[in-house]
Amino acid sequence: MRFELTPRASVAPFMRTLAPILAFITAFLIAGFVIWLLGRSPLAAFQVYVVQPLSDPWALQELLVKATPLALIAIGLSYCFRANLWNIGAEGQYVVGAILGSWLALRTHGTDAGIWVLPAMLLLGIIGGALYGLIPAFLKTRFGVNEILTSLMLVYVAQLLLDYLVRGPWRDPKGFNFPQSVTFDPAATLPTLGEASRVHYGTVFAVLAVIVTAVVVGRTLFGYRLRLTGDAPRAARFAGFSSKNTTLAVFAISGGLAGLAGISEVAGQIGQLQPSISPGYGFTAITVAFLGRLNPFGILVAALVVALTFIGGESAQILLKLPLDLTQAFQGILLLCVLSADALVSYRVRIIRRGGGK
Amino acid sequence: MSFRSILGAVAGVTALALSAGSAGAQEKLKIGFIYVGPVGDYGWSHQHDIGRKAVEKAFGDKVETTYVESVPEADSERAIEQLARTGHKLIFTTSFGFMEPTLKVAKKYPNVKFEHATGFKRAPNLSTYAAKFHEGRYIIGQIAAKMSKSGTIGYVGAFPIPEVVSGINSYFLGAQSVNPNIKIKVVWANSWYDPAKEADAAKALLDQGVDIIAQHTDSPAPLQAAEARGKFGFGQASDMEQFAPKAQLTAIVDNWSDYYIARTKAVLDGTWKSEDTWGGLAAHMVVMAPYKNMPDDVKKMAEETEAAIKSGKLNPFKCPVLKQDGSQVECKGDGALSDEQILSMNFYVKGIDDKLPQ
Repeated sequence: MRFELTPRASVAPFMRTLAPILAFITAFLIAGFVIWLLGRSPLAAFQVYVVQPLSDPWALQELLVKATPLALIAIGLSYCFRANLWNIGAEGQYVVGAILGSWLALRTHGTDAGIWVLPAMLLLGIIGGALYGLIPAFLKTRFGVNEILTSLMLVYVAQLLLDYLVRGPWRDPKGFNFPQSVTFDPAATLPTLGEASRVHYGTVFAVLAVIVTAVVVGRTLFGYRLRLTGDAPRAARFAGFSSKNTTLAVFAISGGLAGLAGISEVAGQIGQLQPSISPGYGFTAITVAFLGRLNPFGILVAALVVALTFIGGESAQILLKLPLDLTQAFQGILLLCVLSADALVSYRVRIIRRGGGK
Repeated sequence: MSFRSILGAVAGVTALALSAGSAGAQEKLKIGFIYVGPVGDYGWSHQHDIGRKAVEKAFGDKVETTYVESVPEADSERAIEQLARTGHKLIFTTSFGFMEPTLKVAKKYPNVKFEHATGFKRAPNLSTYAAKFHEGRYIIGQIAAKMSKSGTIGYVGAFPIPEVVSGINSYFLGAQSVNPNIKIKVVWANSWYDPAKEADAAKALLDQGVDIIAQHTDSPAPLQAAEARGKFGFGQASDMEQFAPKAQLTAIVDNWSDYYIARTKAVLDGTWKSEDTWGGLAAHMVVMAPYKNMPDDVKKMAEETEAAIKSGKLNPFKCPVLKQDGSQVECKGDGALSDEQILSMNFYVKGIDDKLPQ
């Protein structure tokens, strides 16, 4: 006996909307069962995990802070993924963007450099990420090198470069030789939205990126070209679209947004360079991009949902003393449920008895 | 379960969660801990958790403790603040990378007491504490030199930060004091906790003719690698005898229990002050596990050295201390290097035939 997935002839639109909602309910039921097995109350867990973060102003702000880099990077990745190009190296592009932007912050540290510093840092962040993203794109278009491998491996190069810089030339001379840069001047710090808030302007960039992307993908020739290149590469070539140019363009956009996320996080949240400036945002963003089905608004929602699982997980540790592993397991369960629901909506599962197959 | 009882449960949980935020004078003192690794690392974070449990045991109903584990350093501010705003009045952040976030949260919550391990930035409500691990490393260096047949001893380091570098130097100076021709090889795991990498580092050392492994990483993996090859090693942070009963010669055990109990008592008594604590063998912040798997004369030497360091007769960094190029380090302490010199050490001592990554 084996299973086979056959495409459904037609899918009702409401099923497409319903699928993620059902997936969420299923994921919560499974997680609730696990929590019940641990001898805890699933209702209390649901309260702490979901209801509380969404009803507490402080937690809502933290949700935005956490979702910002995820959304920015995932939006960028959606350009690549739409065109069937696999940029796995957003983490590296994030780091290089942060490095190039921070270079200016450190160069102007302690000087009276004016308000031009911050915009220039952000621009450098975008340029850094974009150039770094162009390396795997160039290797692919010029030599046919697999972009999955090169983009992933360049992550480690970027991380080690950052490591070298904060231990060596960029180390804070007054920092007892610990590996970190000086803390940035106010002129090089991304302002927060509001006095006591931790939400910084990176959140605004993320929302802008969503809106611009929605327009670009839905309403421009470039967006059409992207979708065509991804869905029907041959047709795209017949239509006169250069796959090389598309590859270079999407990697530059993707890298640029990851770089912007990197410099925003360093200048807005961390305030200095350290050996580690990301808890894996570049990789988590891949999950976010697919959870959001590569749709810009979907990605925004997905980034918030994933951020919620992180923050809810911390609250669960603090208030209910539930283990961290449960949070991570829940993230996995959620992704699996959403992807399964998607597959089951578009495909029919057929059970084929032995002998009935090929 | 009827709908009504579900509703009741939700209401109850909400009330519980809300009441968790307010702590009156008669209520328990809530103490929070932030760990960089999992409590199950059987090393650094595990030892802090033993300290937490000791506090619970010592004060019983008067305290309530909470921990958050595996908190990424670049994204730790939220977790620390979450503890502060859920009524925790004493918060221990137990890794160097939590320094800036702890400082930021401490400024926001002047009525909460903070304690940051291994850092150097203090505030009226932020103390720092660390242990003189290098004292123990001098002892294991002597044991290593006595036990080594090949004359080459190994060291698995996490990151080339002062705390680790001073440990390597102390280990080597101890070894040199019993065998002037001893050689050392150092491998960097570039992680505090990564059992696979740590084991690889240890295997690489063993392949190069090293027959004694010391480590400054958090898992028992290097020690286990030594055990598998029939060589010797030392436990790090906690007594790791159960993982390598034949290979562990001794272990440098971090004992945070006494300190955590003292600080908790100070908060309960209202005598807590911001200070900097740096205790070693004499203060019981560093404890040597039983000396095993070695001849009696080696054991006797180790015990004598331990006693000499405790009584202050012996300082691992007694002057003169020579750098690799033979130049003498300025002696800023009383017949030995000053605390500040040790805490900011970024050079290897003479005889270490390797280059310190900078």
